[in-house]
Amino acid sequence: MRLFDKPAHVLHDMLVNKEITATELTKDVIARIDEVEGDVMAYLTQTREAALAQAAAVDEKIAGGKVISFLEGIPGAVKDNICTKGIKTTCASKILENFVPPYDATVIEKINAAKPVILGKTNMDEFAMGGSTENSAYHLTHNPWNTDCVPGGSSGGSAAAVAAGTAIWAIGSDTGGSIRQPASFCGVVGMKPTYGRVSRYGLVAFASSLDQIGPLARDVTDCANILNIIAGHDAQDSTSIDASVPDYTKALVADIKGLKIGLPREYFVKGMDADVEKAVRTAVKQMESLGAEIVEISLPHTEYAISTYYLIAPAEAATNLERYDGVSYGERVDGADIVEMMTNTRSRKFGKEVKRRIMIGNYALSAGYYDAYYLKSLRVRTLIKQDFDKAFEKVDAIVAPTAPTPAFKIGEMVSDPLKMYLQDVCTVPLNLAGLPGISLPCGFSNKHMPIGLQIIGKPLGEETILRAAYTYEQSQGFYKEMAELGGKKA
Amino acid sequence: MKYEAVIGLEIHSELKTKTKIFCGCATTFGAEQNTHVCPVCLGLPGVLPVINKRVVEFAIRAGLALNCTINKFSKFDRKNYYYPDLPKNFQTSQYDLPIAEKGYVDIDVDGQKKRIRITRIHMEEDAGKLVHSGNTIKDSATSNVDYNRTGVPLIEIVSEPDMATPQEARVYMEKVKSILEYIDVSNCRMEEGNLRADLNVSLRPVGTTALGTKAEMKNINSFKAVEDALAYEIQRQQEVLEDGGHLVQETRTWDPDKGITLSMRTKEAAHDYRYMPEPDLVPIVTTDEEIAAYRKALPELPDARRQRLETEDGLSSYDAGIITGSRELAEYFDAAIVDGADAKLTANWMMGDLAKNLNAEGKTIQDSPVDAKRLGQMIMLISKGTISSKIAKKVFVEMWTSPDAPEKIVKDKGLVQITDTKAIEGIVDAVIAANPKPVADYKGGNTKAIGALVGQVMKQSKGKANPGVVNQLLKAKLDT
Amino acid sequence: MVMDGESMKVTKKDVEDVAVLSRLAIPEEEKEQYTEQLNAFLEYVDNLSAVPTDDIKPTAHVLQLSNVFREDVVKPSLGRELALSNAPLKEDGYFKVPKILED
Repeated sequence: MRLFDKPAHVLHDMLVNKEITATELTKDVIARIDEVEGDVMAYLTQTREAALAQAAAVDEKIAGGKVISFLEGIPGAVKDNICTKGIKTTCASKILENFVPPYDATVIEKINAAKPVILGKTNMDEFAMGGSTENSAYHLTHNPWNTDCVPGGSSGGSAAAVAAGTAIWAIGSDTGGSIRQPASFCGVVGMKPTYGRVSRYGLVAFASSLDQIGPLARDVTDCANILNIIAGHDAQDSTSIDASVPDYTKALVADIKGLKIGLPREYFVKGMDADVEKAVRTAVKQMESLGAEIVEISLPHTEYAISTYYLIAPAEAATNLERYDGVSYGERVDGADIVEMMTNTRSRKFGKEVKRRIMIGNYALSAGYYDAYYLKSLRVRTLIKQDFDKAFEKVDAIVAPTAPTPAFKIGEMVSDPLKMYLQDVCTVPLNLAGLPGISLPCGFSNKHMPIGLQIIGKPLGEETILRAAYTYEQSQGFYKEMAELGGKKA
Repeated sequence: MKYEAVIGLEIHSELKTKTKIFCGCATTFGAEQNTHVCPVCLGLPGVLPVINKRVVEFAIRAGLALNCTINKFSKFDRKNYYYPDLPKNFQTSQYDLPIAEKGYVDIDVDGQKKRIRITRIHMEEDAGKLVHSGNTIKDSATSNVDYNRTGVPLIEIVSEPDMATPQEARVYMEKVKSILEYIDVSNCRMEEGNLRADLNVSLRPVGTTALGTKAEMKNINSFKAVEDALAYEIQRQQEVLEDGGHLVQETRTWDPDKGITLSMRTKEAAHDYRYMPEPDLVPIVTTDEEIAAYRKALPELPDARRQRLETEDGLSSYDAGIITGSRELAEYFDAAIVDGADAKLTANWMMGDLAKNLNAEGKTIQDSPVDAKRLGQMIMLISKGTISSKIAKKVFVEMWTSPDAPEKIVKDKGLVQITDTKAIEGIVDAVIAANPKPVADYKGGNTKAIGALVGQVMKQSKGKANPGVVNQLLKAKLDT
Repeated sequence: MVMDGESMKVTKKDVEDVAVLSRLAIPEEEKEQYTEQLNAFLEYVDNLSAVPTDDIKPTAHVLQLSNVFREDVVKPSLGRELALSNAPLKEDGYFKVPKILED
């Protein structure tokens, strides 16, 4: 029996019932990696030995009659921009090619406390800048549903691994859609929690005021369980919310009767893929038939979200990435003096998109342009947030597409950064407003590529969107289907 | 044309917290290189800062002591520039909403009072330390970086360009130092770099108001250097202007050995700091009630203390100014007079023999061998007439090397003043008999001549005779 | 400041200046491309100039948090060996860097 294709909650029950061992499970997922990783290439670093040792420890514990927690013994993967003590953390950048953090991110400490099996670190767009994982300095990652297509990004490796069965679960980060869009492209569930719900300590910063860590999983149940583990206040993160963490699995109730769901007209943009629009509208009908009340709403400043995001994120990134200078860690390219050394290091070791955004960010922050660009974008950000505040006076949640298209072909957009940026239209507003959002499968395109439905919540409204997502998910079977990929299904 | 100087100072003061501004690393001075560091102050990928509460408390205290308005909404910003002692290549500082603004300090130069306005006080992190392979940065092929000091909390106190002479600048900086010491927020050890200043100076024709082109000299860490660097720079600028030359706005270094300032070549584009709000820190909000409580908790400040010494203790303005010039001196003074020693006499002794002895041995008042209590006791012995002022000088010398109480020293060395008229009378009679000339002079109307006779009596009594009694006895005998 | 594409046009010189600020060396042959892309980008984000924002406060933080502090309590440091473990070049417990220009 193959195990890689099952969600974590099913595997957890099997472990508890001693139907399988963690070692069997881990070996099966490693076997899956051997079978398909050559096609998918989701990982940057694999930690197989440590993984098997972790599995053996869990087996020992189960054999000793002890109770195990949710993730215990279940193999997963972590995006390579989250610091793991003693394990290389590269951000898919050449500049951190050999960087081994001397500390664990808070989220890693929390996950490690749950004693899962960690298979390795996943590929991503360099420093999380991109939506296709094509900006990795190391290699492409392929969409398990069609390896000619991108997995989305920037958490493309995490999404592809979960979709391909080379990880049961994964952790990603989302600055402008980097969890939700790849989840949508790869047909898995991905959630960006409320800004401040999950500690950012140890997440290598891209845009600090937008970044948030979240889970990628096979279904909504796994997503809720992982959120239980990673959410919570952290004294090491000043922007962490000091609020108690509910048991998110309590929200896994198949009932949305009376739930008011907003449908923002601005999210069905011109140029949106017809299959996407159809799938999302069908899903909305389905939710209505399940008892939700659908309310047409307007988020009038949506058309400014991309511009706002692409000024704020590069500005923050430009300063966050100043530290990569070859002085005290990371790669160094020599130069005659310190300025030359720093310049050589950054010029040779940063990729094209990273350099482009650093240039944009520094331009927007430089004397004379600050007010016109950066400050202006912070003001428009206020308006975008106010749109949501007003909408949430009338509705409990908002549904929208996650991305305007299904996964596109590798190489299709690389030459046109602006066109690539437009991909983020449905996801960046949440980061700008700090709101939680979940993407879950809601159908397929005519080429059988997955399509994602995005459900958006109020600040700290994770329970509401989990309930809506769970109710919808259980009413249809999209989430059960896995990519074919030559591997054998159970 | 006659020119006048316009001087403004940016004083950086290290706050005496146990830990750094954004992490829990110790701030202890002199630790081995790169041992007081953690992921946060090393600026490793992924780390986040958290503000040390004490830093905010100290900064508010400094703001109030320097007569500033505390901003009820204050925030941190990133100041971006590349330097190897700055791990993140931005300094977390404050830009448009500093913790305190619009204060002032009153200074006293040669009896002239002047108010120096303070523009702002902001909090920021210090940078690391560079150790050069050569003698100076310029002739070093490589440098080594120690991040122990990175993240040590600083406040920067920015003045308005209200000073006109190097002396005013020095006095202003001394005054700020003394205030920071009084409120106990900084050790102000200049040799450890606890207190240092960036000096801005420009010239303008006397009678005009527009500011001229300024030069900035950074990291000046002694009072002498403040005065010397400014004096040199004013002279230099004046010469350039008088020769019809043009000044450029620039940063210059002060070379204390050569006594000159030198231009630093700078790329203009590299000095766009691109300030932006620090997204990893949240704002600091302070209520009126909190500000009032901070104000109430402030100790007595130099100006108030000086006033008290003048009105309550009867010290001259000058003496009170010196005594209150440093917190340690003022505290020594208060401790010396607490048991009843005469204030004026105490002040005289502190500024006289005590200061002389301390200077000679390069000691500070805190490690004075004669503590305040013993000095007070000695002064009380003078007031009671147990010893004369002259004998007191001997007692003081003894006290410098002996831990004994002055009373014991006086007794042991037999230095008690003779006030017994009988004992003195014999000497007086002998002196009158042996000195007919001064006696005749005195009797002839030259009353000053008595001085010589007093001197003789004192000499023969080995200084132990009470001069008052001697005087009385002489007069009594000669006037009859 | 008004954002009208005309006065905000990025020049090659601007690209060179921003490159200095960014500690990036842009090869001569790529400067043109950078200039074009930056101009296209600025033209794109110029749609913001149509939004009236004079009375709108900027949002630097979405959360309304304030006064997040830590106590002044010493925590163990990393230890020098670990601190230097990723150093490209080290010497006697220091991070070693090439010649520093005063600036």
